[in-house]
Amino acid sequence: MIAPAPAWATDLNDETVEAARAAIGSALLDARVRVGEVQLFVHRDGIVAALTALRDTPGLAYQQLMEIAGVDYPDRPERFDVVYNLLSVTRNHRVQVHVATDEDHPIPSVTGVWPAAGWLEREVYDLFGVLFEGNPDLRRILTDYGFRGHPLRKDFPMTGYVELRYSEEEKRVVYEPVKLAQDFRTFDFLSPWEGAEYGLPGDEKAAPGAALPQAKGAQTPLAADAVVKAGQAQSDTKAPAASSEPYAKTTAESRADTGKGANSPDAEPKPANPDVNPGKGGQNQ
Amino acid sequence: MSDAPTMAPATTTVDPYVDDVLHLETPANPTEGDVTIQNYTINFGPQHPAAHGVLRLVMELDGEIVERIDPHVGLLHRGTEKLIEYKTYQQALPYFDRLDYCSPLCMEHSYVLAVEKLLDLEVPLRAQYLRVFFAELTRISNHMLNLGSHIMDVGAMTPNLWLFEIREDCYTFFERMSGARMHHNYFRPGGVHQDVPLKLLTDIADWLDTRLPRIFEDAISMVADNRIFKQRNVDIATVSREDALAWGFSGPMIRAAGVPWDLRKSQPYDVYAKMDFDIPVGTRGDCYDRFMVRVEEVRQSARIMRQCLAEMPDGPIASDDRKVVPPKRSEMKRSMEALIHHFKLYTEGFHVPAGEVYVATESPKGEFGVYLVADGTNKPYRCKIRPTAFSHLQAMDFMSRGHMLADTTAILGAMDIVFGECDR
Repeated sequence: MIAPAPAWATDLNDETVEAARAAIGSALLDARVRVGEVQLFVHRDGIVAALTALRDTPGLAYQQLMEIAGVDYPDRPERFDVVYNLLSVTRNHRVQVHVATDEDHPIPSVTGVWPAAGWLEREVYDLFGVLFEGNPDLRRILTDYGFRGHPLRKDFPMTGYVELRYSEEEKRVVYEPVKLAQDFRTFDFLSPWEGAEYGLPGDEKAAPGAALPQAKGAQTPLAADAVVKAGQAQSDTKAPAASSEPYAKTTAESRADTGKGANSPDAEPKPANPDVNPGKGGQNQ
Repeated sequence: MSDAPTMAPATTTVDPYVDDVLHLETPANPTEGDVTIQNYTINFGPQHPAAHGVLRLVMELDGEIVERIDPHVGLLHRGTEKLIEYKTYQQALPYFDRLDYCSPLCMEHSYVLAVEKLLDLEVPLRAQYLRVFFAELTRISNHMLNLGSHIMDVGAMTPNLWLFEIREDCYTFFERMSGARMHHNYFRPGGVHQDVPLKLLTDIADWLDTRLPRIFEDAISMVADNRIFKQRNVDIATVSREDALAWGFSGPMIRAAGVPWDLRKSQPYDVYAKMDFDIPVGTRGDCYDRFMVRVEEVRQSARIMRQCLAEMPDGPIASDDRKVVPPKRSEMKRSMEALIHHFKLYTEGFHVPAGEVYVATESPKGEFGVYLVADGTNKPYRCKIRPTAFSHLQAMDFMSRGHMLADTTAILGAMDIVFGECDR
């Protein structure tokens, strides 16, 4: 990891996975380390026991629930991921706990484990429509009074369904269906030429390792974790860093390369064009 | 009540010892002459000067004693997280300025670190120093607003006016740094947008040594030992360590409760690992401790900024990776490749490989986190913002219970809540 991201005790990742396996037991569906972060996948029926174990087991000791995030994957049968981000202030370690569910099956509430979960669950309910069984106060929290729908679902349009304005005639705020002054525009930037997972015919020589992106930020089918690991493997044998002038010419072009003739010996130098400012400091320099 | 256990005799003041000293005696029937009144419910806000934005508190009062508080938030909800899903990674950055508009650079900080973590992008040292330097200046300007308004909420006028002088200085510096006073849009994945002139750094260095300590210490000296200020804050809304951990507190709120937890120290990002600074910790966990923790943080921020100025190297201010960071305009005029990169970055943007990270930094108000889910395209699949205010405001109910109505403004002021961030 060469990025300057917050450095917590990532050396505890592997032993955390082992300790979590022992503490949570059969409710733990999967546990892995990705991009330096521990991800535990827990079945929703065992979430309360799992989070209590993560909090109270001495080798784990995640005292704080910092965040509950919902993520919507409409293509999956259980479309929602609810991610609990836990923090241990004694071990200086973080862990993500993922729970999958759909619209109908509620997740047991963890308000009994951390009182801070109350509003965080309300927010996931409000924005995604995930139900939490046992939350004593499962009202909407961020959206308007009387709002319909769950706006962070992927099938909820970004522009929404209603807009409101103050009506001078009725002397109150009125709700109306959204009217867009111009069509909503989204552009598809996915290129079939880049980042394809399949090999192109005639390109058989390309090694499987060549799927690494040409540069950071180029399109790639690889996950971030593979990119980070490849970067670590490379950094052992890494060449010195690139120059700060990435577009500087590396080869001098000789006359033989370019085919340019020699200047006539009696040719005068070109007169300077007064309209061209060759120095730096121009408007667009 | 006839079969109730024998109750302690009601006293005339709270403390039986004081009753004894004053020779006050328990009246025969303590409720004689009292009129039974019903609890009543009032709305505090949504437009109240002490609510620090659009907060509606539904309060149930017994006389002047707060029985229950139900905070209604979301009146400033703008759908930031939904909008970010439809923007490229670079277009999403200005939204972060508009979350906590009192500390915009610290909001950007979490986001650029999250993107860099997924890209595994190296950031030049000068850029890291510039980020830390201006993040600390942001902390100072944020605390000027919070300390000043907290003082004003409990009744003092003058220090706020003086602290706003410093805040105005900060905004002038920010304007010289980025061109914008409030919404700077200065950090970038891979570095910062532009280098700063040397004169700006020397001006800030002078300011740190002369104007900031003079005005700041003057203003704080008026309230820190002031009897009225202490009466309004000491032992108001005490929070124990266990409560602070259970309710997800962070930042000055958890440090005032006595937990020495600062992400700049324990999980250092950028060049905070090289910085030498102290973490102030409270002992009682009341509003006064929260105030004084912030006061000391201002001094420590100035210390970090001086170290940055002393150590900041020359060099590039953004990554050389031209697939992420656009080229300079002068290069663009001469190199075809640079022009193509520029065009691609400002239309399509860069692609972030698939993965999920939770990156949290120490914003002036506490732990500000970004849970970023990337799917390999040029737009975030999901960007969950972890606001500091959510956990703190949730605890408003148990912190205010049993206190007087007038104390809620002190409690709210010491929480340091901004609704752009809370409601997103």
